[in-house]
Amino acid sequence: MIRVTSLNKSFNGQPVLSDISVSFEAGKTNLIIGRSGSGKTVLLKSIVGLHDIDSGEIWYDEILFNKLDFNARKEIRKEMGMLFQGSALFDSLTVEQNVRFPLDMFTEKSLEEKTDRVNTCLQRVNILNSNKLLPSELSGGMKKRVAIARAISLNPKYLFCDEPNSGLDPITAILIDELIKEITEEYSMTTIVNTHDMNSVMMIGEKIIFLSDGKKCWEGSNKEVLDSDCTTLNDFVFANALAKQLRKSLK
Amino acid sequence: MIKFLELLGGYFILLKKVLSKPEKPGVYYKQTVHEIVFLGLNSVGIITVISFFMGAVITLQTAYNTENPIYPTYLIGLGCRDSILLEFSSTITGLILAGKVGSSIASEIGTMRVTEQIDALEIMGVNSASYLILPKIIATLLFNPFLTLISISVGIVGGWLAGTSAGVVTSEDYIYGIQYAFIPYYVTYAIIKTLVFAFIITTVSAFHGYRVEGGSLEVGQASTKAVVHSSILILLFNVILTQLLLS
Repeated sequence: MIRVTSLNKSFNGQPVLSDISVSFEAGKTNLIIGRSGSGKTVLLKSIVGLHDIDSGEIWYDEILFNKLDFNARKEIRKEMGMLFQGSALFDSLTVEQNVRFPLDMFTEKSLEEKTDRVNTCLQRVNILNSNKLLPSELSGGMKKRVAIARAISLNPKYLFCDEPNSGLDPITAILIDELIKEITEEYSMTTIVNTHDMNSVMMIGEKIIFLSDGKKCWEGSNKEVLDSDCTTLNDFVFANALAKQLRKSLK
Repeated sequence: MIKFLELLGGYFILLKKVLSKPEKPGVYYKQTVHEIVFLGLNSVGIITVISFFMGAVITLQTAYNTENPIYPTYLIGLGCRDSILLEFSSTITGLILAGKVGSSIASEIGTMRVTEQIDALEIMGVNSASYLILPKIIATLLFNPFLTLISISVGIVGGWLAGTSAGVVTSEDYIYGIQYAFIPYYVTYAIIKTLVFAFIITTVSAFHGYRVEGGSLEVGQASTKAVVHSSILILLFNVILTQLLLS
């Protein structure tokens, strides 16, 4: 479980996140949603420690993460996996080397054991016969899958996904969403996904946090999101023509 | 002034991070070997070509500027040798490498920064500064002295070929000149300068790449800054080291 209390973050005196308090449950797919510029990525990067926060607390189970130094954070970071918006695969390494990288850095396994684990992870994300390819030779969807494989190679307790289906076609986006949900349940991870894709919200949003202008405006599940009284959330959820039509017909 | 101090402080903070204990020495060793090939061996060609012509021009210019019956012609070889040893091989090679290797390091690390590859390393618990920069420092410190030695040798051969082909010096006089009054310490001096320049090129370029924020435009700007700042520092330390080592 990850718990955030009274988190504030600003850049050059400009507040980006104000008084965010939220808890993300283990074994569930937690979503942070909101418009572009609402502070989703800053919140996610603050939670993982890529941004230092101005005030507040970030708890990983019983550990106050934001007060730890670099070396103490390392231990928790070994239990984290992250899928970045642009995949962030290492350009100079092949698919196999990318997935093996965390194993090379943090385990004493033999090459054979590591290769077995790499192949298991790649099979889990349905990447077959691509071990020797470079990231530049992969499609957007494949890159995301390889990045997921790399993120789960060390069996992490926490998975973070920043816009996992941005730039993907709707069908591939659904496949990536399903994969994240399946993996979360399979490994009982605490997963936090940043997205503004309503399809993801409806499909995998077991717990949803809605951010607007750096503030938490709403919290609930995908079953509740369509019936909310929050105006800014409704403007976001029913932004496109199809959703507006659906809302009209529901009324 | 505050900006300069900020930059200097940032540089030393990064150095502290870079020089901390590696997570897994075996992985760093592999990286270092890779960097020796990428930053060192791949620079042999350009250093050879430049040094050859540098030696040739120094010989011809020395010959045309000492065209006087009272100067023995073996002085052409001696002048060429000392110019190459004392200045050209270490400093000019340093400046060339600041352009070639420095821009490559800054753009590589800068691109990794803007594509979140450095964030990915940090998330895994890897000391990204140490993992990316330390192997480059070790590789250049190990290999650049060889580049300087290659440059010295090729420069002297270039001078001999140009001098004898143009008929400004005989082969015997040139060879006598390059052996005449030879001070072995000059080689040590050139190697010391090379080591300092290698450290400057790698760390300054990596620093500029590591602190990139933005996109491709900023990566390009970081690359330019890396070359300019490395070159200026090389020239500054050239003066300081010359005073320290030759006075």
